[in-house]
Amino acid sequence: MKSLEELMKLKEETLKKINLDSKKNGIRIVVGMATCGIAAGAKPVFSIIEEEVGKRKMKNVEVHMTGCIGICRFEPVVEVYASDGNKTTYVYMTEEKAMNVIDEHIAKGNIVYEYTIGAYEK
Amino acid sequence: MDGIKSYVLICGGANCTSAHKDEIVKKMKGKIKEVGLKTEVQVLPKGCFGLCEEGPIFVVYPEGVFYSHVQASDINEIVVEHLLNGRIVDRLLYKGIVGKNIVTSLNDSKIYKKQTRIVLKNCGVINPENIDEYIAYDGYMALGKVLTEMTSEEVVEVIRKSGLRGRGGGGFPTGLKWSFAAKAEGKQKYVLCNADEGDPGAFMDRSVLEGDPHSVIEAMAIAGYAIGGSQGYIYIRAEYPLAIKRLEIAIEQAREYGLLGENIFDSGFNFDVELRLGAGAFICGEETALIASIEGERGMPRNKPPFPAIKGLWGMPTILNNVETYANISQIILKGVDWFRSIGTEKSPGTKVFALGGKISNTGLVEIPIGTKLREIIFDIGGGIPNGKEFKAVQTGGPSGGCITSDHLDVEIDYETLIELGSMMGSGGMIVMDEDNCMVDIARFFLDFTVDESCGKCTPCREGTKRMLEILEKITTGNGEAEDLVKLERLAYVIKDTSLCGLGQTAPNPVLSTLKYYEDEYKAHVFENRCPAGYCHELIQYFVADDCKGCSKCVSVCPVGAISGVIKQQHTIDDDKCIKCGECLEICPFDIIIKK
Ligand SMILES: Cc1cc2nc3c(=O)[nH]c(=O)nc-3n(C[C@H](O)[C@H](O)[C@H](O)COP(=O)(O)O)c2cc1C
Repeated sequence: MKSLEELMKLKEETLKKINLDSKKNGIRIVVGMATCGIAAGAKPVFSIIEEEVGKRKMKNVEVHMTGCIGICRFEPVVEVYASDGNKTTYVYMTEEKAMNVIDEHIAKGNIVYEYTIGAYEK
Repeated sequence: MDGIKSYVLICGGANCTSAHKDEIVKKMKGKIKEVGLKTEVQVLPKGCFGLCEEGPIFVVYPEGVFYSHVQASDINEIVVEHLLNGRIVDRLLYKGIVGKNIVTSLNDSKIYKKQTRIVLKNCGVINPENIDEYIAYDGYMALGKVLTEMTSEEVVEVIRKSGLRGRGGGGFPTGLKWSFAAKAEGKQKYVLCNADEGDPGAFMDRSVLEGDPHSVIEAMAIAGYAIGGSQGYIYIRAEYPLAIKRLEIAIEQAREYGLLGENIFDSGFNFDVELRLGAGAFICGEETALIASIEGERGMPRNKPPFPAIKGLWGMPTILNNVETYANISQIILKGVDWFRSIGTEKSPGTKVFALGGKISNTGLVEIPIGTKLREIIFDIGGGIPNGKEFKAVQTGGPSGGCITSDHLDVEIDYETLIELGSMMGSGGMIVMDEDNCMVDIARFFLDFTVDESCGKCTPCREGTKRMLEILEKITTGNGEAEDLVKLERLAYVIKDTSLCGLGQTAPNPVLSTLKYYEDEYKAHVFENRCPAGYCHELIQYFVADDCKGCSKCVSVCPVGAISGVIKQQHTIDDDKCIKCGECLEICPFDIIIKK
């Protein structure tokens, strides 16, 4: 890295590639995979999502692991960033629930309300 | 029927009837009467809902809430939580009919509302194994800015003015520490990161390193530039394999991009970071012991001064900061001193991350502005105490800290207020205790930890903590004597005053603070042979009250055969055999077994 400009350019390029920004068309799925998430069973959840998104050739969907979001009680946690910038937090995820989220939310755009944080939080 | 506010419909299909419906209806009506809702709630048996697999089903109107698989043991909860307090019992909700007007994003939830995310801003957002994502979120911009636009002195000055204080426990002003090292002479200077995280129950640093490792690496490079050092070490415990792996990946990626290494940003500045693994000893979190450990020596502390900023690693000027302290640096550089000082308090700007654990509904990591009230942390963010229990106290500062009682729920948490209360900020472990926790036992637990972790170099800590533990064990097993309380306190002050390092100097804190706030509990143990919380095994007794029906259910669950009696006649518990597991009390259908 030789200059700030070079760094800026890399930043802009990355922002174009990934679906973090609200202007993107794609969907970004992140699975909490810090020690706590993995201990609660995030690995198979991550694998099945990654596999399924690949299998169904969902080109505008990216799947990432991420760190701890701080809600240990609700692990494994999967968050979906939609192209409109809205985020959905799915909690207590299992492989089965992950499949449902892919079928309903990712493929058809219907949030699966019963798995979201609001369904569990008191 | 104008007084009626709620209707509870219970399915009356054959299937549900077979699932003890009558018993359930009776229990429900009884409980409703008991809590005084008889005139407001009407229970109506209904036809089959057609969901027999899910039965028995309860529907509460006007909300239209569907409960499935309701058991007799769930009735009290539905009545108290839902009908009386208006809180839906989520765990019994029939899946598939959750309404659409619920919170679907964590960011809108109650857990998040009072939090401010600086240190954790990227955690749970970016992919920690991809440097590009860190860069997309302004990563390494601060390093670029520092190297191309600022002098070393200006960097130190910004950190000093920001008021940032060390998050590893002591709260020492970070800018001041950097300025000492910047001024000190030495042919090499070192930048160390303390990722030892020895406080049991704390996992803030691990989460930062696992979720956002570059934030620490970037800050260490900035620190290197500020003090004139080119080598950094992260001292991390080997028990954190995932954090180590992600750090290794991050360091590799940063080197590839030329963000570590030589001539970074074409500025002539060189900096590199290496990991040093610790074996997980609490003492190795103490700065001079940590330095000894990196040097390959046994991890033992030495006297200060000289302070590490003057004479540290291999005798060279060295700064050591905590993971969380570093995680603030880049954002202070980018967003400025005024922004940082607008968060938190005058004396302690910024946020603090706490690891919330123990008897609390929402265990997890919370990042709050310093100065937030304990009440907000426990009840608003933490969701309060589970199972309807009473809040008793919270331990901050781990084995070096003390407890804060319900009388101090409205204290604004910062470094000074916690010290005043006889505790300390520590690294951020926050263990919540409820009415079932015995405070003498809590003190014993932490002392047990420090006895194990004392390095043995100085006598007060090595011998003194052991003697204190013996006294506490005497008390919790019912053998305490009046003079033990006096001895305990005297020992505590001697150890505090004469120990070599922070470990010994703070080890008595859990005892002193519980003695201060819960002296009556100590006295009950010593003078009345009684544990008020009903926790200390040697001081509690289970027995069967006189009107025992002799159902003998307790006999079948007792793991040690301590209960005897002829069927349909009074049973008794043999206290010599009893291990106080409480199984009999749980199972007794007539609530006749008593714990005292
Ligand atoms: C017994 C003992 C254990 C400590 N453990 C840690 C630790 O695990 N992590 C930490 O950052 N600081 C720990 N400290 C504090 C460090 O000595 C040091 O003050 C701190 O790392 C400085 O960084 P800061 O100014 O950024 O907080 C410990 C201190 C003592 C006395």
